[in-house]
Amino acid sequence: MTRLVYGLVALLAVAAVGLGGYGMTGGAGALRLPWVLPLGGLELTLDPLGGLFLALIGFAAIPASIYAIGEADARRGHFAYAVFVTSMCMVPLAANMMTFLIAWELMSLASYFLVLHDRRSKESIEAAWIYAVMTHAGLACLLGGMLLIGADVGSSRFADWRTATQALAPATRGAAFVLLALGFAGKAGVVPLHVWLPLAHPAAPSHVSALMSGVMIKLGIYGLLRVSLDWLGIGPPWWGATLLIAGAVSSLIGVLYALVEHDLKRLLAFHSIENIGIILLGIGSAVLYRAAGLEALAVLGLIAALYHTINHAMFKALLFLGAGAVVHATGTRNMEAMGGLIKRMPWTAACFLVGSAAIAALPPLNGFVSEWLTFLALFQNMRLEAIGQNLVFTLGIASLALTGGLAMACFVKAFGITFLALPRSDAAAHAHEASRPIRVAMVTLATACVALGVGPTLVVPAFGSIASAVLGTAPEAIGGDWLTVRVSGQFASLSTAAIAVVLGAMFVAPLAALRLGGASRRTRAYERWGCGRIVQTSRLEYTATAFSNPFKRVFDFFYRPTKRLDIEFHPESRFFVERIEYENPTRSIFDDWLYRPLLRLLHSGARAAGALQSGSANQYLAYILVALLLMLVLA
Amino acid sequence: MLAVLQIVIVGAGAPLLVGALRTFKARLVGRRGPSPWQPYSDLRKLLAKEVVVSTTTSWVFRATPYALVATLLTAALIVPVVTARPPLAFAGNIILLVYLFMLGTFFLALAGLDAGSAFGGMGSSREVAVAALAEPTVVIAVFALALRADTIDLGRIVERFGGEPWLAANPAHLLAFAAMFIVMLAETGRLPVDNPATHLELTMIHEAMVLEYSGRYLALVEWASAMKLFVFMTLLANLFVPWGLTEPGGPMPVFIGILALAVKLAVLTTAVALLETAVAKLRLFRVPELLAGSFALAFLSLMAVFVVR
Amino acid sequence: MFRQLRTAVRTGIVTEPCAPDGRIEQIGERLASEIVRLFGRSLAIRQVDAGSCNGCELEISGLTGPHYDLERFGLHFVASPRHADCLLVTGPVTRNMAEALRRTWEATPDPKLVVAVGDCGRDAGVFRGSYAVVGGVADVVPVDAVIPGCPPSPTALLAGLLEALGRLPR
Repeated sequence: MTRLVYGLVALLAVAAVGLGGYGMTGGAGALRLPWVLPLGGLELTLDPLGGLFLALIGFAAIPASIYAIGEADARRGHFAYAVFVTSMCMVPLAANMMTFLIAWELMSLASYFLVLHDRRSKESIEAAWIYAVMTHAGLACLLGGMLLIGADVGSSRFADWRTATQALAPATRGAAFVLLALGFAGKAGVVPLHVWLPLAHPAAPSHVSALMSGVMIKLGIYGLLRVSLDWLGIGPPWWGATLLIAGAVSSLIGVLYALVEHDLKRLLAFHSIENIGIILLGIGSAVLYRAAGLEALAVLGLIAALYHTINHAMFKALLFLGAGAVVHATGTRNMEAMGGLIKRMPWTAACFLVGSAAIAALPPLNGFVSEWLTFLALFQNMRLEAIGQNLVFTLGIASLALTGGLAMACFVKAFGITFLALPRSDAAAHAHEASRPIRVAMVTLATACVALGVGPTLVVPAFGSIASAVLGTAPEAIGGDWLTVRVSGQFASLSTAAIAVVLGAMFVAPLAALRLGGASRRTRAYERWGCGRIVQTSRLEYTATAFSNPFKRVFDFFYRPTKRLDIEFHPESRFFVERIEYENPTRSIFDDWLYRPLLRLLHSGARAAGALQSGSANQYLAYILVALLLMLVLA
Repeated sequence: MLAVLQIVIVGAGAPLLVGALRTFKARLVGRRGPSPWQPYSDLRKLLAKEVVVSTTTSWVFRATPYALVATLLTAALIVPVVTARPPLAFAGNIILLVYLFMLGTFFLALAGLDAGSAFGGMGSSREVAVAALAEPTVVIAVFALALRADTIDLGRIVERFGGEPWLAANPAHLLAFAAMFIVMLAETGRLPVDNPATHLELTMIHEAMVLEYSGRYLALVEWASAMKLFVFMTLLANLFVPWGLTEPGGPMPVFIGILALAVKLAVLTTAVALLETAVAKLRLFRVPELLAGSFALAFLSLMAVFVVR
Repeated sequence: MFRQLRTAVRTGIVTEPCAPDGRIEQIGERLASEIVRLFGRSLAIRQVDAGSCNGCELEISGLTGPHYDLERFGLHFVASPRHADCLLVTGPVTRNMAEALRRTWEATPDPKLVVAVGDCGRDAGVFRGSYAVVGGVADVVPVDAVIPGCPPSPTALLAGLLEALGRLPR
């Protein structure tokens, strides 16, 4: 029964891919059922941008569903999963306020139940609670923003908003932008609204995490794209600047927190925050260029953002599925207890390596191509004349560069500590390879990553047409032939296919040369070099805590680490040590400086308002009387 | 044809560069020192030795030397070595170059972790930290160059700058050069960031990752790090002082290019040797301060270009 | 910084020519022309302290200085036995270091040389017969050459190494 549901979802996903593909290539369609919902009814429209996200949802849901078929943990929660995927498919198609919000809320509710998968764990309950609070706060913002626009424009259909919002007062548009952006940014996981992400994603089962991280937060991006480029028309420069700065800050903070994380799935969740930041850099640059009238560059920025959205969905889903296989095989999420898995789980290791290289933006994989495009979109700010905007772009460039380097460092840690060297615990020593459906899912995604990396010349024109459909301009800034992508004429060109071929040739050439040239082929296996130490165990290996230590020290103003050292001496002599326990946890500045004071304020406000609930019936009657009088006066 | 020539120059010239650097450093401290051709003898000897592979390692360890060499040979085809139109100019630009180096570092760091020894892990951790912190400087310095040249394609930058020979004395240019020079020291593991001749494992950054390699693997890794130094110096020399680089068109321009490259590399090698003799290695947690300083230089260079525009 | 460079330039090169001083005692048959041909131009040496009093180490450390400069002959010291061609073993092999020395020898790739330094390396020198000592280096790993002395001077060390490599007339 469970497998049937997952299979049906996979079929639905295939249909979504088909429909999305049809929409991406320019097909349009509409469906209107006014009697299903109040305030406008159910209205679905297919357009290129919506088609892209629909195809993305479908393409990511197929491996996730196949994984769920093979995963024993997925016996429960299949209905919630089905509702989750279906409502996610409806969001990009929604054409009026009610449809959108209902689909959005269904998606949040279904994912809440999926996060609460392990009902007995205190950690899951807290994660689900924080997720529910943040997502509904976001919903309140969305509701406020949409009602504001709808009330002023006089209609709840998005198509009407497109034409009418230019005439609204700037204050209204600005307020609507802020509210809607906050709501969508909360769902996307932009700093500082990200606190639910690292709690919710690890708590959910792996296929759900893959979808939440790969696709659901992209719907927040979808919303931000609609708000900043579609529904509200062309906005003032501060919109774009805000998005850019938010993107720069998010990407840096996401990767910095990921560097010190030892829970494998939480590390991946923080990397999602980082990649959302990178996508926002592309969107922000597009909005800024549009405000300055440089439409061609705006298209470039949008293409970069869309490409990174797709890429991130691919490699994040791959990494989460791999992490799920590892967690299932070893029974723990803690990297410090893993190791040596490459010998026991070779397929998982190879796929995870491809995913790691992709997310670290290493050529010739897909992460590199989209980061390259983002760099180029940011570099072209030289065509803007305002020095303030140039500075904002420079900040974006510097943060993107630092993020790229730190992401590589983090995935050396994640892959190296988890898979390489010797097992650090018994569980890791007895791990078993993942089952066939899971392997199939991972290999599919890995192939997609490689294909998107060496084949940008096929993908970029498709994105170009979508971007131009959204912005209403032809994609002049980006072009090229079947082998090369060219940006802004002679500004830059890239051919990952050629690079891949050359890399392959240069890999094989020394191998062949050495063999033909008669170099010694003798090989001997011996223990690792431990300075002649006689007993060598896995305790000799480097730990994840030690690996991230340089970063903790360099960025200590951000992490505020606290050190705890417990030493147990031998009862008979203080010269012999029995046990040393060393902990170096970091503190989250957002918890300390933002959320805790906010919650304290809320609590004290609630306590003060509690005085209204006196329990006395006379007082309540007095309230009713005062309210009636006020209404009579104001009406 | 040019592709083969560039690979030969980079591949065969790299050990000579490292050898000459070592000889000059030795002379500066009063020793006779090894001959500049010593690295060739070292490599030849290593190829004849057997390989001892640690039982804890996996295929990543065995594949890394080849992967490293592949990234550097590819980089050799993207950088303008003797002409202003390198063979793979259509395929890559300076951002691709930076990330190609990161690909090499990625695999080397994984190989360091693979043996399961504490030294390897320590080397990997420090190496990726230094590489990550050097990133922003490179990109901002490149952005400053791209602003002026209106392109990030390496060959075209060389062409545009080649037309203005006195650009080399421009203050913004010099600041960017200083920033990139510091990054070169950091990325190739020279003093004051990392001592390539140290025997104390606790002071190693790059060397610690290769402690487990032997025989032909070690030969490939040593060759790769020599090539990295060569490519970085070539990049620095040809981007900032593009004299002698022209379009490929017959043997004469190529010959002039080789001559110009030899002169520029000799100057840079002298500078590096003098610097390495005069300064001591920095404490590890002072290196981020040095890199932050280089970032400040790059940023100043960028501001200078913006203001002048 | 400039003061250092000025001193360096003013002092010039102080390396002394290598004068043969003392002879090695050749033990192994492996110093055949094949090994000499392989290592004649480049030898990586890993020094192993198998319980020595450090007198020999002090003399060995002089080899890297400007006066004796072993690098001019293509010899250099390395940190890891995986990188080494020659193990330069000092000290009478104490019981605690015997196994470590053997593991270091196993960790070195073939073909390799072992040179025992000093009287202790030859046959435990003044510590012969002690309860804490196994014997000379030859009792633990196969030795190719011995450089006698207590301690041997840097010149003797250099001459010994070069003779073992066939770079000096016998």
